Amino acid sequence: MAEIPEEEYILKTTSACAGCSASLILRYVTKAAGPDTVLVVPACCTSVIQGIYPDTAMNIPVYNVAFASAAAVASGMSEAFRAEGKDTNVICFAGDGGTVDIGIQALSGALERGTDFLYICYDNEAYSNTGMQRSGATPLGARTTTTPAGKTEFRKDLDAIIAAHNPVYMATACSAYPDDLYKKIKKALSVPGPKFMHVLAPCPPGWRYPSDKTIDMGKLAVKSGMWVLYERENGKLSITGASKAAMVKRIPVLDYIKVQGRFKTATEEDIEALQKSVDLGIEKLKKEAEGIC
Amino acid sequence: MLTIATGNKAVATAVRDAKPKVVAAYPITPQTEIVENIADFVSSGELDSRYIPVESEHSSMAACMGSSIAGVRTFTATSSHGLVYMCEMLHMVAAARLPIVMANANRALGPGWNVWAEHSDSLSMRDTGWLQVYVSTVQEAYDATLMAFRIAEDNDVLLPVMVNLDGFLLTHIMQGFETVELGDFIPETDLPHKIDVNNPGGYGTLTPPNEHFKFRWDIERALRDSVRIIEETESEFEKRFGRKYGMTEDYRTEDAVVIIVSMGTLGKEMEVAVDSLREEGIKAGSVRIRWYRPFPDLKSRLEGRDIVVIDRDYSFGFGGIVANEIRAKCNVKPYSVIAGLGGQEVTYDDIAEFVRDRKADSEFWFGVNE
Ligand SMILES: Cc1ncc(C[n+]2csc(CCOP(=O)(O)OP(=O)(O)O)c2C)c(N)n1
Ligand code: SF4
Repeated sequence: MAEIPEEEYILKTTSACAGCSASLILRYVTKAAGPDTVLVVPACCTSVIQGIYPDTAMNIPVYNVAFASAAAVASGMSEAFRAEGKDTNVICFAGDGGTVDIGIQALSGALERGTDFLYICYDNEAYSNTGMQRSGATPLGARTTTTPAGKTEFRKDLDAIIAAHNPVYMATACSAYPDDLYKKIKKALSVPGPKFMHVLAPCPPGWRYPSDKTIDMGKLAVKSGMWVLYERENGKLSITGASKAAMVKRIPVLDYIKVQGRFKTATEEDIEALQKSVDLGIEKLKKEAEGIC
Repeated sequence: MLTIATGNKAVATAVRDAKPKVVAAYPITPQTEIVENIADFVSSGELDSRYIPVESEHSSMAACMGSSIAGVRTFTATSSHGLVYMCEMLHMVAAARLPIVMANANRALGPGWNVWAEHSDSLSMRDTGWLQVYVSTVQEAYDATLMAFRIAEDNDVLLPVMVNLDGFLLTHIMQGFETVELGDFIPETDLPHKIDVNNPGGYGTLTPPNEHFKFRWDIERALRDSVRIIEETESEFEKRFGRKYGMTEDYRTEDAVVIIVSMGTLGKEMEVAVDSLREEGIKAGSVRIRWYRPFPDLKSRLEGRDIVVIDRDYSFGFGGIVANEIRAKCNVKPYSVIAGLGGQEVTYDDIAEFVRDRKADSEFWFGVNE
């Protein structure tokens, strides 16, 4: 176990749903980043989780900004801090919608310009804040309020898009593995330049599972290979933590999706297609990790 | 120092002299020259600032928002499509009380694709909470941009300022202008609500109705107070540097029977028209609105006279925007002339003709319903 500090920067008064893993992620992110940090948060569940004015459940400054603008706001903020000789961490904490859909232009621009910041996308695979609509990160077959018969497209490969920008550091993580998550945030913040983390955030109301199963859900995602833990430092990929085992042996994707109400309408073809894409994706990552690409 | 330059160069020079720490911008005709000149100042070391070449205008205003909330002086420039693309961020910036200064080269919106002067871009942003000033000469572009930083950053204002200059008619016209030795004319930026990690808090947190209401009233109060700050700033500018400005620029209005009202470069044409009308025996005067937000108090000067308002803009389904604001605020029934859209040429002879032909309480589209 890493030495995770006792200090809490997200207090007990949040407005998160029971079993919300986004708020768990926020907890570890802030513990790893420490008090010399500003969070930039676009419209998403986190705008609500932090509480209602004049109160706040956050013990570091949080700047709530327009949905499409987080990475650009962070660009300006980071330049201003650096111009003043401060190395305050500037961290965007954004949902998948605010990242893969509306915010991707600003994110791409900030990465390309080499902005000194960390962008964290917590991925609950839908627009949860507005009531579970599909996002570009919603998996094939998942039911949302705008895909009532199940989504007919695969999720957007955000990580491939980010990798194409060659950030100094990028990693995936999952709320069910806080140790791995914590270490990666620490590592990301130890280097200057643009950093990116993509963290799976199971969401009980959105995924339709009981709220005490949030950790199990994250573990099933990793064990089935639906989510892979890895990091890329200066372009070099390494598989981390529990995903090492999943590279060799996985539980069927079906075991992961059958315990979630959102896949109720998924067809056999959907499940087969998901299984196939998981297997292909892992083969690709394996090769890259072994340096065969 | 006296130089000859375009309106764009004058704005860029004012920015150099005001020393912002961050400039974030995206190019668009006819504003591009402003940000190119600033990039030159930064790369030659004449301006010690961070220049962020963002990927869109939504992001340029977002980046400005990030740097301003961190407490540093911040500038950007845009025009037309860039300005309306920023719309969301313009509201965000004003409501966050961030004193960002922006130059806007007034230009029509497409289609048809048109890069020439029109005020519909900035006037469609009039309710965002930004202060708006419209300038008419290269010298005024320089002076107003400088003063904008001091006005925006005044603790009784803390609102963003948009300096508007007519596309091509001013952005690309060469005139002589004089730079100033600013000294302590613009104090250090001191944002009372800048982000401070030693004093953490939520910024822009979810806000219930009654609190939201108070924040909106604070913006209105600041806009009302800004009249005083504008007047103080401009009068100190006059004392130090000798050039006089005001909420409006009035010309031969004292005994005028008919007063022409307009904004931007048309303001200078109006003065020539006034002189020629007076030669014909028509007692004309003119008022050029400089500060459009806050809106100047014009009632005592306009009430009881014939009023001709020339709008280089239009609110579809309603009317000329300036004419209707004057109608609402000044108890007059103006002859509303819509002219100059998309850079249409409007001469002082045309303006004199509008005055001769005036009919109270009616609207005339120049070049269309002749
Ligand atoms: C320009 C704009 N469009 C739409 C919205 C409404 N909106 C707020 S949050 C949200 C969804 C956020 O989804 P995501 O980024 O995945 O975060 P989550 O809510 O899942 O945490 C939407 C559509 C908005 N705030 N701004
Ligand atoms: S909807 Fe999901 S992500 Fe949002 S607060 Fe609730 S559990 Fe968390």
